[in-house]
Amino acid sequence: MKEINIEELEKRFQEKIDADIRIEPKDWMPDAYRKTLIRQISQHAHSEIVGMLPEGNWITRAPNLRRKAVLLAKVQDEAGHGLYLYSAAETLGADREETIDDLHSGKAKYSSIFNYPTLTWADMGTIGWLVDGAAIMNQVPLCRCSYGPYARAMVRVCKEESFHQRQGFEIVTKLAQGTPEQKAMAQDSLNRFWWPALMMFGPSDADSQHSEQSMKWKIKRNSNDELRQMFVDVTVPQAELVGLTIPDPDLKWNEEKGSYDFGEINWDEFWQVVSGNGICNKERVEARRKAKENGSWVREAANAYAAKKAQRKAS
Amino acid sequence: MTKKEWPLYEVFIRSKQGLSHKHVGSLRAADETMAVENARDVYTRRSEGVSIWVVESKNIFASDPSEADSLFEPADSKVYRHPTFYDVPDGISHM
Repeated sequence: MKEINIEELEKRFQEKIDADIRIEPKDWMPDAYRKTLIRQISQHAHSEIVGMLPEGNWITRAPNLRRKAVLLAKVQDEAGHGLYLYSAAETLGADREETIDDLHSGKAKYSSIFNYPTLTWADMGTIGWLVDGAAIMNQVPLCRCSYGPYARAMVRVCKEESFHQRQGFEIVTKLAQGTPEQKAMAQDSLNRFWWPALMMFGPSDADSQHSEQSMKWKIKRNSNDELRQMFVDVTVPQAELVGLTIPDPDLKWNEEKGSYDFGEINWDEFWQVVSGNGICNKERVEARRKAKENGSWVREAANAYAAKKAQRKAS
Repeated sequence: MTKKEWPLYEVFIRSKQGLSHKHVGSLRAADETMAVENARDVYTRRSEGVSIWVVESKNIFASDPSEADSLFEPADSKVYRHPTFYDVPDGISHM
């Protein structure tokens, strides 16, 4: 390769980004771009994997076989999504084992929403409706992310995710139309998950340390606050339609801006949960650590079997 | 016992008879058989395939992106390889 200085390479890289040319694994990229992507993609992967826990909690207690089959399929999808994303992170040179160890040591983050407990069956509905709804809102723009493997993984994820939201909304709708106790259960669940769902979009634009550079690199296409506003605007009418009340006294339609005004998020709670002090942080990471430990004999046995087969083939 | 990480495989799926296999992503598995089984579970949960190829990633030899310009340059100057390069008189059809 010709001698090119780093400024020139960075300039060409940015020109490619500006021209909407996707970046592929072996292409030259600035170190900071690579690092940002590894951080974001692995966090995203961890979120998918940890996200299986609050819902897995209800598989054996689903109210009927249909709901059980659906929940099982959804949780299996999340495992698949985690895998697409770990693979995408590997294309950037991230080591799979190290990535997972970072989750288990508490070094790596995942979406704070999964540190809230799932107390009732209604939470399965609310999670599908709000949490997957918010995830879709975040992920649709990522389908146009500048990094090819991440964007392609997101296309698959988004395709699969839309059933997740629908099945959740179906559960919520049924409960909301059910007995007064069932409706109260749905309302209680909405009360607990509404604010954490809004927090899923991350800190407000003013406090988001990575946003500006990520927008310039087209890793991100919309700001946190923009996406949060879009989510509120589409979700409020859905709640109204099924007769549930959003737990926000400040929520009001703003005719002038053509969208909803809503109350202040409890950012103190957000940062507490992000920094490890949420209700379930310890339990979630512990469950993942145990899963890895308890599964190690299976991985070792598979290795031994593969080695034996290879040996037989050779002899 | 070895703590060795399972090798990485690239996965190619034929979505239906008559179409070629297409790269869909990668995964880790202890051997080829497990790679095919995992690929079934990860990449064809919604009937996306009728056939799966897996290739260990280390066996793929790829062109170097930084050499792409010189590698593909020879084709850039040969517009006569395209039918639109040629003048066809008015009134000529089936060509």
